[in-house]
Formats: sequence, structure tokens, C-alpha cells
Amino acid sequence: MSGGSKDPPYTSAFIMAVITYLEAIRQALFDEMSADERVFVMGEDVGAYGGAFKVTEGLQDKFGEARVIDTPISEIAIVGSAIGASYMGMRPVCEIQFIDFIACCFDMLTNFAATSRYRNGAGVPIVVRGPCGGGVGGGPFHSLNPESFFLNTPGLKMVEPSTAYDAKGLLKAAIRDDDPVLYFEHKFLYRRIKDEVPDEDYIVPLGKAAVRCEGSDLTIITFGAMVHTALDAAKQLEADGVHAEVLDLRSLAPLDREAILASVAKTSRVLLLYEARRTGGIGGELAAIIAEEAFEYLDAPIMRIASEDAPVPYAPPLEAAFLPTVDKVVEGARKLVEY
Amino acid sequence: MTGKSTLNADEWRVADPDRPSDLLAREQLLEMYYFTRLAREVEERLVILFRQSKVIGGLYRSLGQEGESVATAYALQRRDAVLPLIRNMGALMTMGVRPIEIFRQYMAKGTSNSRGRDLNIHIVHMPAPDTHEPVIVGPISMLGDSIPVAAGIAMGARMRNNPRVAMAWIGDGATSTGAFHEGMNFAAVQKIPLVVVAEDNKYAYSTPISQQMAIKRIDERAESYGIAHELVDGNDMLAVYDVAKRMVESARAGHGPQLIGIDTMRMQGHAQHDDARYVPKTLLDEWTAKDPLRRFRQVLIERSIAGDRELDYIDKMAKDYAAREADLAVDEPMPDPATVTRGVYAGDDYAVPRIELVKSPFARVSAGLKTRPTQEEVS
Ligand SMILES: Cc1ncc(C[n+]2csc(CCOP(=O)(O)OP(=O)(O)O)c2C)c(N)n1
Ligand SMILES: [Mg+2]
Repeated sequence: MSGGSKDPPYTSAFIMAVITYLEAIRQALFDEMSADERVFVMGEDVGAYGGAFKVTEGLQDKFGEARVIDTPISEIAIVGSAIGASYMGMRPVCEIQFIDFIACCFDMLTNFAATSRYRNGAGVPIVVRGPCGGGVGGGPFHSLNPESFFLNTPGLKMVEPSTAYDAKGLLKAAIRDDDPVLYFEHKFLYRRIKDEVPDEDYIVPLGKAAVRCEGSDLTIITFGAMVHTALDAAKQLEADGVHAEVLDLRSLAPLDREAILASVAKTSRVLLLYEARRTGGIGGELAAIIAEEAFEYLDAPIMRIASEDAPVPYAPPLEAAFLPTVDKVVEGARKLVEY
Repeated sequence: MTGKSTLNADEWRVADPDRPSDLLAREQLLEMYYFTRLAREVEERLVILFRQSKVIGGLYRSLGQEGESVATAYALQRRDAVLPLIRNMGALMTMGVRPIEIFRQYMAKGTSNSRGRDLNIHIVHMPAPDTHEPVIVGPISMLGDSIPVAAGIAMGARMRNNPRVAMAWIGDGATSTGAFHEGMNFAAVQKIPLVVVAEDNKYAYSTPISQQMAIKRIDERAESYGIAHELVDGNDMLAVYDVAKRMVESARAGHGPQLIGIDTMRMQGHAQHDDARYVPKTLLDEWTAKDPLRRFRQVLIERSIAGDRELDYIDKMAKDYAAREADLAVDEPMPDPATVTRGVYAGDDYAVPRIELVKSPFARVSAGLKTRPTQEEVS
């Protein structure tokens, strides 16, 4: 897929390079650390080794050990000390080696970071980023999509890019944001997705969704790696004369309600596609928003396609059965348009 | 790194480098006494407000622990960072928090630092970098969380070239949390100027310390992190100050985190609702005799620092001040319900009352005063 959304505009002033999603994340870190001495990175093996996925490769060479800190295996200490450092004016970016381990610092994020501004006006400008998602044989503890664990926690923001362009622009926006931002990067996309990314400074604003493919028959609302599943499904549907719109949320908190409702008003049919488990997932919240605010536009029930309600299984045939697939999306979409 | 016990502190001597308290001027000693008395009187007032149902929720006393709270905080410079817990009213008084701030918080007033969003001493003060004021980060209820945050504050201040020592207090029970462990270990490897005050007050709610840890001395928690530690008689204020001062200066000099173990006793139940019938009476009797305020008063009299008349006057001053501050806060308004969702995110902030910091009546005198001579100066 080609890079990015319709906003912000591409102009000839930008020097564009085709880079991977992973490289885009690394560029954002380089850029922000170069531009702002308050920005620093901490996490497990992020220093000389460059991180488990090599996202931070080269950072320590450029910025030194004081700004690219290898920590003990201590997610509570990583996020807790980041909160403290942010109080002193720093802009910490914490790497969680696999996002599954964010469970180990759940308390620090939901109880400490998320409430701090509300309680005493003390903002916590930290970014907590890490690889999420399945499809790579990671098993129950290296495949998580944790967004719904945090969706019920006001005070946190959450983003998950689906393109290299967004990966860079959202990370820059997250680092500059004055609130705690969870930045989920889908490990399946790291080296599989490449698109055009400007060298110049730009951000992708938090809270703004992007239409990835216009359509009139139904809207597939999704984000992260599932954007690509949705686009593949849309292509197949197109052959049958079904025009699917694909809306990439990009930000999961805050949600872009305007973009969601506008697309629903346009197509009147909604398929919610997300890679986390179905029950209690973000699809439930999206369905509720649409039911509350766009009920009169709907011509069919709201449909969720998500992972099965089970821990993430390891064996490839099990994982394939567990995850949403293009086929499942195409089948669901057909049901919706025939309803 | 062997922990040295200073239980049963020696007699007072002049200008022993191991005893920084020898360098405290008369006015400073009286100031410490005043802060300790003030902490107790503020809590006595809170008890009255609690019985009048004006305190929202629970009330936690630090009876018997006011001395260690004051003496540890007194070892800090004014610009340092403090992360007190619920029983560290003494530390808050020492850092200059005006008592009315405490009353506002406990009564959930709209004028309080948290504007009625959070309880008791959950207050935060972030001074501008160039001001001569402390960083104050009250706890959240999740015990242990303050330790990694304290480490981050001292680390962040160092990164900003505006170094501050951070002091965090923690109960015996809370030293069993993962957050405590991770924070201590992280601070140790990063050589962060953090001083942790670990209070063995014999109980965590109803659980005796023997159910909390299999070691005899709370300061030994620090051993496996490679963190310097000492245990001190927590009800001997000058002994506490001596250890705390040495540790604060050592941390400031770049020797990494330090842990001071406090041997003390929680003299009442966990909170006002708890009659603490699980505490043996003999234990309470033993520690009643060791009340820190009474002992410190005794020291001041024995050393002819002050007489009963002067100390009675300080007592009355503190009591009246606490009463006046409580009275002022009582009639202040509750928060406006319309503000319930305000300030969750940046850009929607609305005024957070800054914590008012005050100087003690002794501050002006003690600031200009020459302290006792050091040994070098004497010889
Ligand atoms: C992580 C966590 N678990 C449980 C509690 C409930 N709780 C509040 S105070 C307390 C006892 C604390 O004991 P200790 O740390 O020894 O401090 P003390 O009250 O003796 O000063 C408990 C269990 C809590 N606040 N935080
Ligand atoms: Mg205790």
C-alpha cells in the first residue's frame, strides 16, 4: 500500500524515501532526540545491542549511554522512573521489549501516570512503546494486543500506526505530547511494510483517523496490521462490485468520533475489525458509540471480527484459526451487504 | 557494605564528624522540636475533624513516628525532593507545607491542591527549576510505587543539570512490593542520589513484621542491591538526623542510593477505624516510654538548649497554629461538580492551587546563625 493518508499533504518540498515501518520508528527517535535534549530512551537491551528488534540500533552510538539507557528487567522501574524524570522536565521514551510485558507495569501506567494530571495537575509526558500483535508464532506471551486493557483508563492516550509514514509521524507527535502515550507498533509490519516517508519534520496528530480506501457499501473500521487485512479484503470485494471503505483509526485514545460517524453515515454498514480478542475489545466500545450516535443511519447490525476468545496459541495452524483473516473479513462483509 | 547500628546513640559530644547533629544551632534544634510538635498537633486537629465527620474517608495517624519523619527530612536541603507517605506528616511540616493544605486535602475541599480529587497527603509541588523550593510528590495508594518514581525524579533532575537528592519513605509492609525491589535495584545500578527511609513500625495494618520478612533488620533489605544501609533508633531524633544527614550527603556526593532503617512503633491502629487489639499491650507500653517528642524534649532540657517554659511556649504555638489553620479550612467550599471531567488531559487544565510553603518562626534566626564549630575549626 502507498504511504499514508490524505492528510497531511505531500508536497514537492518533502524529500521522500521509501523506508520500513521499523526504520520509520527509529528515524522518529533520532529526530526527536536530536531536536530536543530532554528526550531520552530507556529499556531492556536498547543500548549497544539496539533492542530486541533493532529499533534503537545506532541510538547509543549517537547519543551516548546517558540518553540511551539499558535497564534491568524491571518494567515497574522503567515506567516509574520515567514518570519521575518527566516530572523534572524530561521526555522519556520507554521501550517494553514485547508489549505483553506492559502487564508488569500496568499499575504504574493506570494508577500513577494516568491519574497524575487529574489529581494534582502534574502532567506525565512519557511514551511507552513496544512491539505488539501476532501472526509470527510468538505464542501466548509475545503476541498481545493490549489496547482494551487501557481503554477504560482516562488520562492515557494510545496509538498504533499501520504505515511507515504514520509510524514516524505518530511517534513524533507522541513524544511531543504532554500526556502519557502508549505507542503500539505491530511487529508483523516492522519489516514487511515500506512506504514513502519525508525527511522533513512532520507529525501525524493524535486523535485523527485516516480513510485508507474510499467506499460506499460498508465501512471496515480497523487499525494496525489489520488495516492491511482490510485492504486485501476490500480488493477482493471490489471484484464482486462491493465497495468497502477502510477507516484506519491510528489513535485508539482519543478516538476520532467524527471520522467514525462520518463514514458510518456514508455507508450505513459497519464491520469492526481488530486483532485483540473479541470479548471486551475495542470493537465493543466502537459499536456502542455507533449505536448511540448513528443508529438511524444503520442498515445492518454492527459486526465484529476479531481474534477468538482464547489465549494466543503458538502452533501455526492454531494461530491461523485464532486470528482474523482476509477470508473472514470478506465473508462478513458479504453478509452485511446482503442483510 | 556493612550496616552499622546506631541504636542507643552515644552521649552528645562536640563536633564529631560522625555526628552532624553536633553542628545544629540552638534555633535549629528548637525548630526540629517545633516541626515535630506541629505534626502531632495537626493530626490531633484532624482527629477532632474526623469525629465531627468533616474528614472524608479514613484518617491515618503517625503518632510515635513524628520524630523520625522530621529528623530525616531535616537532613535535606530545601531544594531536595521528598516523597512522603501517609505517616510522614512530620516531613511535610519540615519542608514547609502550610498546615491548611493538609486540612483542605483531608476535607476534600475545592481549594485543596488536588481540588477534592484525591485524599489526605496526596499532594504535589513542582517548583520552577530556579526557585529555592522542594519538589514534593505525595504517594498514590499503591504502596511501593513511590520508590521508582523517586529514583526517576533524582535521575531526571541530574539529567537536567539541576541535581536534587530525593528522599522517599516506606513502611515495612511496603518493602515487600515488587515496585520497591525494582526501584531500589534500578537506583543502585544507576547510582541515583536517592535516600530511602524504611520504617519498621512493627506492623503493616494487622500483619506483624515477622510475617512480612524473614530478616531481623529492615535495613538488610538494602544489602542485596549493594545499597549502603544503617539501622537507627527511630525515636531518638538526633540519632536519626545523624544517619540521615550522612546518607543525604553521601548520596549528593555521588555514592548512590542509601537506605536508613527506622526502628519505631505505630502507636495507634492502622487508621482511626482500627482499634489494633492485635497489638500486645506490653509492646505499646514499652514504646510509650520511648515517645520521640518527650525524649527530644528531655535532651533539649538536659543540654540546656531550652527550659520547660520555652518548650511549653513552642507547644502552645504549634497547637494554636494547627487550630487556626483547621478553622480556616473548615468553611472553604467543596469542589464544583461541573469540573468533574476537567483536567484529565493537557489542554483542559484548570487552576491547580499551588501548595503554599511557609517558613517556621525559627527559620529567620537559624538561617543567619553560625552553627557549632567543626572539629577542624576547634583544633
Ligand atoms: C500495593 C498495596 N497493597 C495494599 C494496600 C492496602 N494497604 C494500605 S496501608 C497497608 C499497610 C501498610 O503497612 P506498612 O507499609 O508497614 O506502612 P505503615 O502503615 O505501617 O506505616 C495496606 C496493606 C496498599 N495501599 N497498597
Ligand atoms: Mg508498618
